[in-house]
Amino acid sequence: MKVLVPVKRVIDFNVKVRVKPDGSGVDTANVKMSMNPFDGIAVEEAVRLKEKSIATEIVAITCGITACQETLRTALALGADRAILIETGVDLQPLAVAKLLKAIVGRESPQLVILGKQAIDDDANQVGQMLAALLGWPQATFASKVDIADGRATVKREIDGGLETVEMNLPAVITTDLRLNEPRYATLPNIMKAKKKPLEVIKPDALGVDVTPRLATLKVVEPPKRKGGGKVADVKELVSKLRNEAKVI
Amino acid sequence: MSILVIAEHDHRALKSATLNTVAAAQKIGGDIHVLVAGHGASDAAQAASKLAGVAKVLHADAPQLGSQTAENVAGLVTPLAGAYTHILLPATGFGKNIAPRIAALLDVAQISDIIDVVSPDTFVRPIYAGNAFATVQSKDGKKVITVRTTGFDAAAATGGTAPIESLATPADAGMAQVTGQDLTQSDRPELTSARVIISGGRGMQKGENFKMLEALADKLNAAIGASRAAVDAGYVPSDYQVGQTGKIVAPDLYIAVGISGAIQHLAGMKDSKVIVAINKDAEAPIFQIADYGLVGDLFEIIPALTAELG
Repeated sequence: MKVLVPVKRVIDFNVKVRVKPDGSGVDTANVKMSMNPFDGIAVEEAVRLKEKSIATEIVAITCGITACQETLRTALALGADRAILIETGVDLQPLAVAKLLKAIVGRESPQLVILGKQAIDDDANQVGQMLAALLGWPQATFASKVDIADGRATVKREIDGGLETVEMNLPAVITTDLRLNEPRYATLPNIMKAKKKPLEVIKPDALGVDVTPRLATLKVVEPPKRKGGGKVADVKELVSKLRNEAKVI
Repeated sequence: MSILVIAEHDHRALKSATLNTVAAAQKIGGDIHVLVAGHGASDAAQAASKLAGVAKVLHADAPQLGSQTAENVAGLVTPLAGAYTHILLPATGFGKNIAPRIAALLDVAQISDIIDVVSPDTFVRPIYAGNAFATVQSKDGKKVITVRTTGFDAAAATGGTAPIESLATPADAGMAQVTGQDLTQSDRPELTSARVIISGGRGMQKGENFKMLEALADKLNAAIGASRAAVDAGYVPSDYQVGQTGKIVAPDLYIAVGISGAIQHLAGMKDSKVIVAINKDAEAPIFQIADYGLVGDLFEIIPALTAELG
């Protein structure tokens, strides 16, 4: 079974983002970039499926600028077999990404697409569901446990009140939640080996996909600052303030 | 304009997130219809018909809608979409699962997690865990939107008298079956609608110690939440998690206990009206956003606070 793992290059989760003074976006110059953490969980899950001999080949894919090759090399170092970059400088929005992925699914015919539930930059939480819709495949979002057997996937999903179990026939799309697994670190020998693994670069035009943005970002601003930092000396003062000043109890 | 709100409900009653979503629809303006898709959900449809400002309730009732899978709900909504300029869902686990599927089938962008309506085609949404707010304008003829519930005060649950129209339901898409649910049992208010929330973090040290928070929660009729660290450590189930990737909450009072205040956690609670932080580390970032910080040992402070509230 072939598994396709879409990954995204994002500002590292430890970086405190800064809004550009001109309101055009956030500053990405000289900022540490990493693989979206949820996609790292997806790569790890695919690698585990291969270690269990359920997956036979793992193809990592991303869409974006040339530098996204780094993110693909990370996926290769973690255990993906080969990688595809759909190279474009266009600001790709989730629908465009889903269409590009659909075109690749048409070429590669994976049985499973597994990807992060959301990217920590735009926090959209859309691509997996959109891809499943475009393909007419079932979806299991927010997965915290995945079992694959006999052409079916059984997925425990995180829902608002607890967990839900979904069963679906493959091919299918799964999006990963935080607790699906704990990703491994790439070892130095694997990082070296990853440099030699195949990485194909494709242009969106070659796939016949229109990636024109549907949403215009008019401005990006800092959220209003919360005025905090107040302190109380003890429990009595806390209760008194909550009762008489804040009036919330 | 005509707006379709897809109700989140448990078949018996509407979830509170539906009321916030209707409020967002009111801010956009126009005729508001509410879709209740479920099985044996006529009580929820009745509740929807009483919502203030709702012109019509569409009620689809069929066994295959019982588990409200994205495949079946999207299959139901897509053919209805022609009549609407906007389709709104709450930005909850329910809405996030379904909305992108609808948008893709309609070949339109989806706008996630809006916190404000600037105009019928322009919305404000948080990005980067709420560290920036983006104002986005949709160029699509139809807008599929998820609504962050904390951004809109709930619409009134009474006052409306909308007619309820039964909808024919398409056949089961047959793609995915929900075969089990393991819901956290609790008599407490739900996290996303509670007026008071007490959350524990890594400082709680073990799951048993959350009993202490429960005793305090009993006094305040509060919901219990947790930081990712506490969930990852196995102290509490994952549906307790408040934060960027967990639940987004904005209660009147949020009490953070033994939580240092990672930006991912702050993203889920910093819009709370009043924030109390209890932590032994005076330098913890949580104090920077807390209205009332109390530095000290939570294992002494929480019992004392519970006693003080008598």
